[in-house]
Amino acid sequence: MSRISNTFAALKTQGKKALIPYITAGDPNPSLTLPLLHGLVEAGADMIELGIPFSDPMADGPVIQRASERALAYSVSLTDVLGMVADFRKQNLSTPIILMGYANPIEAMGQAKFAELAKAAGVDGVLTVDYPPEECQEFVGLLKAQALDPIFLLAPTSNAERVHSVIKSANGFVYYVSLKGVTGASHLDIDEVASKVAAIRSQTDLPIGVGFGVRDAATAKAVAAIADAVVIGSRTVQEIESSTPEDVVENVKRLMREIRAAV
Amino acid sequence: MKYDFPDAAGHFGPYGGRFVAETLVEALDELKEMYEKYRLDPEFLAEFAYDLKHYVGRPSPIYHAERISKHCGGAQIYLKREDLNHTGAHKVNNCIGQALLAKRMGKPRVIAETGAGQHGVATATVAARMGLECVVYMGAEDVKRQSPNVFRMKLLGATVVPVESGSKTLKDALNEAMRDWVTNVSDTFYIIGTVAGPHPYPMMVRDFQAVIGTEAKQQMQEMLGRQPDAILACVGGGSNAMGIFYPYIEEKNVRLIGVEAGGFGLETGKHAAPLTAHSPAGVLHGNRTRLMQDAGGQIIETHSISAGLDYPGVGPEHAWLQDIERAEYVAINDDEAMQAFHTLCRMEGIIPALESSHAVAHAMKIAPTMPKDAVLLVNLSGRGDKDINTVARLSNITL
Repeated sequence: MSRISNTFAALKTQGKKALIPYITAGDPNPSLTLPLLHGLVEAGADMIELGIPFSDPMADGPVIQRASERALAYSVSLTDVLGMVADFRKQNLSTPIILMGYANPIEAMGQAKFAELAKAAGVDGVLTVDYPPEECQEFVGLLKAQALDPIFLLAPTSNAERVHSVIKSANGFVYYVSLKGVTGASHLDIDEVASKVAAIRSQTDLPIGVGFGVRDAATAKAVAAIADAVVIGSRTVQEIESSTPEDVVENVKRLMREIRAAV
Repeated sequence: MKYDFPDAAGHFGPYGGRFVAETLVEALDELKEMYEKYRLDPEFLAEFAYDLKHYVGRPSPIYHAERISKHCGGAQIYLKREDLNHTGAHKVNNCIGQALLAKRMGKPRVIAETGAGQHGVATATVAARMGLECVVYMGAEDVKRQSPNVFRMKLLGATVVPVESGSKTLKDALNEAMRDWVTNVSDTFYIIGTVAGPHPYPMMVRDFQAVIGTEAKQQMQEMLGRQPDAILACVGGGSNAMGIFYPYIEEKNVRLIGVEAGGFGLETGKHAAPLTAHSPAGVLHGNRTRLMQDAGGQIIETHSISAGLDYPGVGPEHAWLQDIERAEYVAINDDEAMQAFHTLCRMEGIIPALESSHAVAHAMKIAPTMPKDAVLLVNLSGRGDKDINTVARLSNITL
């Protein structure tokens, strides 16, 4: 079993839900990524989604786009991101790291080389936003060959047939995008999310994470009641954006503790 | 073998496809289904043809640029006058097609991205006529460069949103339009202006623009009793080029030449010519194509004097046509395009768009190397009124 599956299994026996914060690697600067990763774990994160900076993050809102821009100002590359994961693994062998990013930096490195290096660095799962399963079967095979979990998105617009075809390629968990729109958008309708999560659950035993639009402890709590994992993206990045390099780790930890208490 | 691309999933060999976040999959499925339903529907095609004739003013003429031909001292240069279309460029052909589709799909709101502003103006125009709400995303840099077109769009009732992210040009406008679409997918139709983006856009835009090549084929036959030796068109995303190339793909003795923006020169790295520069393949804006990028796969900022060519990628079908050696791609630098712009103004009384000036420049470059009975057909994709501020600034003239 992968580190992701193990984590979900362990949480389940404790009757707990997974808390998955997102940060962009290299934001606000490359030297703070490692302290932020460890800080998130200390504050109660069960897994971490680590964003690979990209110049054109089309599926993200302005908050996460600015995080990419801040990281790219330091020329943070995919190779650098893998180095950060490797550094994190020197002190932490239990918390799963899921890389989240766009296809082009991976293709520039080469899919096979990426899969190999990601495994060596200690990555557990990979979510490539602009790789729907039908366009990346070879990549899915390369990831699975390295025992990396390919994570895929499902959306409010994904019908039953689509859910069925997406989960065939997925491992680890599936990520339900709780609203139409980009990351960090507002208004999340919990009832709608609940019925969609139930529909997905009827088709798979994989854990279901919910993200996009989880903004505070209250929404996190509501989402945790219906899903197996709560992903906190833009809200975490906002905290980074509004902090100084001196207090960013403490501020992000405080936010995580608040949400942890609710989940 | 018959040229039959894209495949059912929108691939042109290794290029094209549908590289989008899950949120857009259903919308693209719906669009694909509707387009497949209507692309051969006689009623739809009749309405499209009627609008092209009576609203756009098609067919656009082909004009023999005799003075320039004589000046070059070689091949005869003919111009396909897309600049004479309503709204002043080829962009309107595609907008009418997509707006008719939007109407049939019951979408009351259309959005578009624009670089030079020609596609934005064409979208705003068609939206006004059909009573659709219209929002146009335009890079903040382009808003400055193309202020007359911004005002035109506003006059036509469109909302123009300046995009401040990234390089503030066409690619960023595309990012922003995609975000709008993801958010408002149920009531919004995204009118993409070029032969790029996720399937079915590259195919659909090509098909709507193919009227250019279809007309040219008939017109050349009528005028000269034969087809040209070569067809030239500028390529940013590449919609005017695909439009004139596509009906000629099977005519193997007609050379197809795509002219990219060489900017300050390929050797400077400041250009927008991914095919000529043999940039590697990658994924951006929903399709796999050849992209200007750094070693780590970040998209790099491009440069061209013309906003409409200032794009780091290119339509996937052009990448494929280069791979299979059916079309050739070359680059023309800013200064060469400017020179062609002035020559066409002074010798033929035609003010061309700076985009189209790139194609004219390459025709003037190769014409002298060809015999006098050779024929070059240049797609004059747009008129240059929108560029007068840019040209004046570069010539140190205050208007």
